[in-house]
Amino acid sequence: MTATALKNEMDTIGSQHTMVWQNVCNKADLVAFSGVSAWLETAEGPAQVAIFYLPSQHSKGLNSELFALDHFDPFSNANVIARGIVGDLKGSAVVASPIYKQHFRLEDGQCLEDENVKLRTWKIEFKGEEVWIEG
Amino acid sequence: MNITNHEQLIIIGNGMVGHHLVEQLVENGALERYQVTVFGEERHRAYDRVHLSEYFSGRDADSLALCEADYYDVSGVELRSAETVTQIDRTTHEVVTDQGRYPYDRIVLATGSYPFVPPIPGNDREGCLVYRTLDDLDAIRAAAETATNGVVVGGGLLGLEAANALRGLNLDTAVVEFASRLMPMQVDSEGGELLREKIEALGVQVLTERATQRIEDGEASRHRMVFQDDKVLETDLIVFSAGIRPRDQLARDCGLEIGERGGIVVDNQCHTSDPSILAIGEVALWNQSIFGLVAPGYQMAKTALSTLTGGDTHFSGADMSTKLKLLGVDVGSIGDAHGNQNPGARMFRYLDPIKQEYRKLVVSSDGKKLLGAMLVGNNGVYDTLLQYYANGIELPAEPASLILPQSSVTPALGPDALPETAMICSCHNVTKGDICATIESGAVDLAGVKIATKASTGCGGCTALLKSMVDHELEARGVEVDKSICEHFAHTRQGLYDIVRVEGIKTFTDLIGKHGNPDTHRLGCDICKPAVASILASCFNEPITDAAHIPLQDTNDTFMANMQKNGTYSVVPRIAGGEITPDKLIVLGEVAKKYSLYSKVTGGQRIDLFGARLEDLPDIWSELIAAGFETGHAYGKSLRTVKSCVGSTWCRYGVQDSVGMAIWLENRYKGLRAPHKIKFGVSGCTRECAEAQSKDIGIIATENGWNLYVCGNGGMRPRHAELFATDLNDEQLYRIIDRFLMFYVRTADRLQRTSVWRENLEGGLDYLKEVILEDSLDINDELERQMQTVVDTYQCEWADAISDPEKLKRFRSFVNDDRPDPSIIMTSERGQPRPAQSTSH
Ligand code: SRM
Ligand SMILES: Cc1cc2nc3c(=O)[nH]c(=O)nc-3n(C[C@H](O)[C@H](O)[C@H](O)COP(=O)(O)OP(=O)(O)OC[C@H]3O[C@@H](n4cnc5c(N)ncnc54)[C@H](O)[C@@H]3O)c2cc1C
Ligand code: SF4
Ligand code: FES
Repeated sequence: MTATALKNEMDTIGSQHTMVWQNVCNKADLVAFSGVSAWLETAEGPAQVAIFYLPSQHSKGLNSELFALDHFDPFSNANVIARGIVGDLKGSAVVASPIYKQHFRLEDGQCLEDENVKLRTWKIEFKGEEVWIEG
Repeated sequence: MNITNHEQLIIIGNGMVGHHLVEQLVENGALERYQVTVFGEERHRAYDRVHLSEYFSGRDADSLALCEADYYDVSGVELRSAETVTQIDRTTHEVVTDQGRYPYDRIVLATGSYPFVPPIPGNDREGCLVYRTLDDLDAIRAAAETATNGVVVGGGLLGLEAANALRGLNLDTAVVEFASRLMPMQVDSEGGELLREKIEALGVQVLTERATQRIEDGEASRHRMVFQDDKVLETDLIVFSAGIRPRDQLARDCGLEIGERGGIVVDNQCHTSDPSILAIGEVALWNQSIFGLVAPGYQMAKTALSTLTGGDTHFSGADMSTKLKLLGVDVGSIGDAHGNQNPGARMFRYLDPIKQEYRKLVVSSDGKKLLGAMLVGNNGVYDTLLQYYANGIELPAEPASLILPQSSVTPALGPDALPETAMICSCHNVTKGDICATIESGAVDLAGVKIATKASTGCGGCTALLKSMVDHELEARGVEVDKSICEHFAHTRQGLYDIVRVEGIKTFTDLIGKHGNPDTHRLGCDICKPAVASILASCFNEPITDAAHIPLQDTNDTFMANMQKNGTYSVVPRIAGGEITPDKLIVLGEVAKKYSLYSKVTGGQRIDLFGARLEDLPDIWSELIAAGFETGHAYGKSLRTVKSCVGSTWCRYGVQDSVGMAIWLENRYKGLRAPHKIKFGVSGCTRECAEAQSKDIGIIATENGWNLYVCGNGGMRPRHAELFATDLNDEQLYRIIDRFLMFYVRTADRLQRTSVWRENLEGGLDYLKEVILEDSLDINDELERQMQTVVDTYQCEWADAISDPEKLKRFRSFVNDDRPDPSIIMTSERGQPRPAQSTSH
């Protein structure tokens, strides 16, 4: 099978696969103002997701208190994003990669140092004590 | 641009001044007019001769070079190194070298000087050397390898510098001086006597009033020097440092006017007697004077630029005041230091035989102006005195107050008191007025002023003055010098430290709530969070993995291990002083095997196990802790290692138990969180096998106790530690270290090693000594108490973590799957695992 054919076939699988909400963990697994990582089933196969939890009382101006981004750091090619320091820079909540310290916006995954780099993001929310992501 | 229209400019000599001229030509667009060729006899491109001695303390030719290797190419100037000019043919307008003939329109002679070797029979024997070039130093180093002792002939400035070098090469060293005292040019007999005492105390033998008659075969050593009274001195190596002579031979041969005692005569525009030929630097004789310092040479280079390009800058002489540290002894000399050029001058003298300090002022007969000054043992007031002298500022009613000990009030001359014309940087000719002008035209900080004026990029002597001048001028203009740590706090690290301590704030949330910038979110960032975490730890020493502190930590501190490039971690247990039992070695081996860890002995004398998976860390540490290990804090900005040599227990030269002391100190300070990491070394004798002088804290055993060195650094910008206190007993030693470290913790900026902190500390080492040794701020009790609190509250962070299931929950690669991260793939190299190229997602 050629690469193009492979890609076409995957596209078909992808389009057949509708996004589904999945329970990935519980609130007790999260670490306030920091990140953890989890596996998520996505259209493109299993993905490592970094989940950040910013309890709302301290995060004025943010729309959400939960964020889900790629755990994969494209600058070091290692799965480490959940282990970065969370903070805010010029008004946006960000995580700093623990390896080479680039900042990624939590809301949309945009890298602040390189406009061509953007992490994937997923919808995430609490359902009671459970944490759900749409993948 | 048509090359053939260019005038041919030839610069002879690629030393400090010749190179400075090239820079001036390049920067000022003179290459539009001239095609420049530079001849240098030495094989190295121009280097920093002023810091030549650092070649013996770790710097190499490349780091001493005055420009990047491709500077000449890039600038379009032809540099012909290792090509000596042998003749100037003024009839054909050609410069002749050993390799060819080159036509010229203009010549600049910058041939410098050569060391004078007295005409003593035997002065050309093997092992009789001089001290001027890198090649000279290579020759000295080579000769020292087979020598046990060495003599420097000449006790002037350079002679003492050479003596220091010989001492550094482990030779028993003596200085032989013809005059009745050392540094006869700069100091009087009282100063000279003090200098002699200090230098002898360093183990350098000083022989004055000795004229060498001949040098012949020795019995015990290679040479024997015979003096005027038939006394003799045997030595393996001789370095002549009996003055310098201008290299004016080329000029003599082509008939230029030469001074009576040498030197090419130049006028105010640096013209020689042939207007197409200029001379600058140490070879030039201006107004009967040769200037043996680099700053006047640079001014001549600027004058030459102006002369060559039709400007009207004139050379008008230069101040020969100098401030030096020779063999660790401060010596300063300003203006008419001897007071013999100003009839009627009055002198004030201060001599402290215990601290071994001598200061002298030469004051005009009406007591109003400073004509000269001499300092031995402490240069603390040099900058102030120089400003009085250079700017003709009226002296205080009691001039003596300027040289009395610091405890009596001597107000330093503030930037305010200086006139616009005050010279701040003499290397680059920058006045207070120039600095103000750059600030007026937009420079907003020290870095900006430095770039615009080049101030303090030469010898560096003006650094402190420049900084206070810039700060003062900025403040005077209402520019707030922004020292905020980041956008979340309008405070410096030191400011935050004081707030935390005074208000007893124990969490980041409280701190940012009360003192954070209200315009930002309350999250903080990767700059302020770890800095505050470190401050909180220095003050209260709560476990860094407590819930309130966890979000502040870098990943290394969070997981108490160092993250490697593939997302795995390294494990570094403490091996205090580098001492380890066979049983513990076996445990390390077993653990490494069981968890497939790469093992390496580190540069810090311990063993690092690399490649641990996040979820394995707790098990690895449980096994290590069960075997008696504790965390090594390799991840923290905290005490790393106390490196030791084997010391008196085994070594035939050891005079104290360096291992015992290293272990004791490592255990005392382990866990201390600081602005940056801290390293110690303890050596059992002066051979210094533990390399203590490259550490933040260095300790070297003496017959009577310990010598303490501080603020050394290896790493990217190596710095030798400075001697801080001598012959301390055990208790004195750790008390001083307690205070020193706590003072550093309190006042340093984030991520500032002690070396950088020290270099930025106003008042320098003297100030540090006053605070730590003399308690000038009356804080020593408090500093000691604070350190004791840290020592008393120490707990192994890993032991704390493995006993707490909540904390252990963090050590999972995934919250919804126990399996490890499949993208971490190892391969094997030299029988051990190492990361393979990691795959994506
Ligand atoms: C493992 C080791 C190299 C080795 O295989 O020998 C090492 C490894 C690292 N060093 Fe080092 N340094 C190691 C000894 C040294 C030494 C030698 C010494 O301590 O005698 C030096 C020079 C001495 C000094 O610090 O003055 C040294 C100067 C540095 C520097 C430059 C510091 C500076 O002030 O210029 C850095 C970068 C920094 O700290 O910002 C650094 C940083 C690092 C980091 C943390 C880089 C990083 O962020 O990943 C490395 C990770 C350590 C790890 O994963 O465990 N390492 N590093 C050594 C561990 C010693 C130990 O037992 O703790
Ligand atoms: C150990 C030491 C410490 C010093 N410390 C200080 C200090 O603390 N402060 C201070 O101000 N000054 C100090 N000096 C003096 C300072 O180095 C000199 O003033 C400065 O280097 C003079 O510069 P220059 O270019 O005139 O001469 P040099 O730097 O000597 O350069 C002259 C160059 O010309 C080359 N040359 C000579 N003849 C020819 C030829 N015929 N053809 C081709 N090339 C030729 C030489 O090889 C040499 O490289 C120190 C000097 C030494 C040796
Ligand atoms: S420093 Fe001195 S005591 Fe220590 S090992 Fe070296 S020679 Fe021996
Ligand atoms: S005086 Fe030498 S750099 Fe300023």
